[in-house]
Amino acid sequence: MTEEPTARPVPEGAAAEGRGLARLCAVAALLAVGFAPFLALQPNRIVSGEGFALPALPAAWLGLPLAAVLAACAVVAALAHHAAVQALAGAAGALAALLGAGLAATALLPAGATLARVSLGSGFWLIIGAFGLILADALVKLRGGPLARITFAFAAVGAVLVVLAAGLWNDLSIMREYAANRDSFWQQGARHLVLVGGSLAPALLLGIPLGYLCHRQAAARGAVLAVLSVIQTVPSIAMFGLMMAPLAALAAAYPALGAAGIRGIGLTPALVALFLYSLLPVVANTVAGFAAVPPAVVEAARGMGMGPLRRLASVEWPLAFPVIVTGVRIVLVQNIGLAAVAALIGAGGFGTFVFRGMGQTAMDLVLLGAVPIVILAFLAAVVLDAVAGRARGRPA
Amino acid sequence: MIAQRRRLLRIGAAGIAVALFAVMVLAPEAFERPLAALTKFGQPAIYDRDSILALTLSHMGIVAAASLAALVIALAIGIFVTRPAGAQYLPLARAVANLGQTFPPIAMLAVAVPLTGFGARPTLVALFAYGLLPIFENTIAGLKGVSPQVVEAARGMGMTGRRILREIELPLALPVIIAGFRVSIIVSIGTATIGSTVGAKGLGEIIIAGLQADNLAYVLQGGVLVAMLAILVDLGLGFLERRARQPRSA
Repeated sequence: MTEEPTARPVPEGAAAEGRGLARLCAVAALLAVGFAPFLALQPNRIVSGEGFALPALPAAWLGLPLAAVLAACAVVAALAHHAAVQALAGAAGALAALLGAGLAATALLPAGATLARVSLGSGFWLIIGAFGLILADALVKLRGGPLARITFAFAAVGAVLVVLAAGLWNDLSIMREYAANRDSFWQQGARHLVLVGGSLAPALLLGIPLGYLCHRQAAARGAVLAVLSVIQTVPSIAMFGLMMAPLAALAAAYPALGAAGIRGIGLTPALVALFLYSLLPVVANTVAGFAAVPPAVVEAARGMGMGPLRRLASVEWPLAFPVIVTGVRIVLVQNIGLAAVAALIGAGGFGTFVFRGMGQTAMDLVLLGAVPIVILAFLAAVVLDAVAGRARGRPA
Repeated sequence: MIAQRRRLLRIGAAGIAVALFAVMVLAPEAFERPLAALTKFGQPAIYDRDSILALTLSHMGIVAAASLAALVIALAIGIFVTRPAGAQYLPLARAVANLGQTFPPIAMLAVAVPLTGFGARPTLVALFAYGLLPIFENTIAGLKGVSPQVVEAARGMGMTGRRILREIELPLALPVIIAGFRVSIIVSIGTATIGSTVGAKGLGEIIIAGLQADNLAYVLQGGVLVAMLAILVDLGLGFLERRARQPRSA
């Protein structure tokens, strides 16, 4: 979008600044619409079935117009001169694919068949991915602020939820799995949040003071960060496993602890492991945040007669805050993912569906667990990025 | 003097860790006594369904294959978007890499299974895809961190773009790139462990078997093995990273 003359002669292909990616994605979307299986019809929930590309959909009254709409969106996105047009085309394409998948699933499902399932094919994911990238590219070009990005992310998730709540996807296999697990889905979701929040809160309570201490005491800094980074290195399953033995021994030795819920399996070892993982990003970013406060500013505050506590509260903390928030973002995104693994030691959470689905080779059950995890992590990242961005922009 | 002593200490600790790991892999029976204390009802204390050596080698093989592929591809893309021809893709590549990091490794694995089936393949795909991101980010950070004056001076000396990249930019960016590779490979070792739930042969098998049979000895044995492997690899790459940071004598 920059119109300034450049020093070097610009080759023909680069004249349309920044449109390469939209074109690439549009071509990918067109190929996916034409040839990749959009939906698959399975005789039951485990056997992989027969895939249908959109134009080959038995319900041609739906398949052909849908393919045409998606193709039109791709072409508009590729040729758009303005980023706003590209954004609209991307959003329209993604929405059409979302709505179309539900309608096509209803049309594809044989009447009266109770075992048959319709699942989303690679074509659907490719189309969603391509339009998502087109949209993301346009948003980057539009240079929206943090608030715009939050609004947009929640609007996108909201649109998906509206489609689901309206029952448009009820004939898709993933929603069949949801219907079969409706109660436990929300229970495990709440458990997932307990795992993430229950480890994050103590990590902040301990990690931020510890980070400040490390900032003040150079001798402690090296040792603390070295120990924490070794902890961070231990793979998650191993960490969960290693927590089991000492906690089980503890509960066996002190029955009172066992009665209080401290056990080798379940919530306790998961929370302890996630807490340990959370410490490094919090402590390291707290140290980095305080280290980045210019000494001259602290000196000036001292010169103004501020005591150490006031200096900390009204000068150092606000300046260090954005870096600390970045650490919290890392922890939150990391724990949302790692909490899924905790299902292996009986701690529950969305990971329960992932591992149960893998055990039954029921891929839509896997998705029922994996998709909410991805959405949660994505929302956490967008929100905390915006918080950090605002904190950074705020005059200290 | 102090630096020297710390270095010796570090080398000594690393040596002991390597020796311990070697014993655990080659002669796991040596730990039967302490582990047996964790078993109940006469469960076996040492995993015996497969040799620990074979599991370790398979685990390392999967991680190495995926990580090296990720290194090559991520380096290529990172170099491309920092050249004038690819500069238009830089903001988007950054946004995608940033968002991609929010995708949990376990979800990546879960999504790879329907695409490739069970076995080592979904694990390879997930490790490769997830491994790309840290390397790519650090490649960009490293190349962008090279001082423009240095590049300008090299250009002034008549060096071509390709030679500047090979002889100036990449060597200067190397420590940051190694740091990215280090993050990538550590995540891969962990994800490969979870890969055992979808049939990849690796050390995760021991932990999973222990969880299924409620045998704490297996869980501990597998957990310590995987943790040691990750820590040792991290130490090794950290050593390389420090070496790359040291200014070379001309």
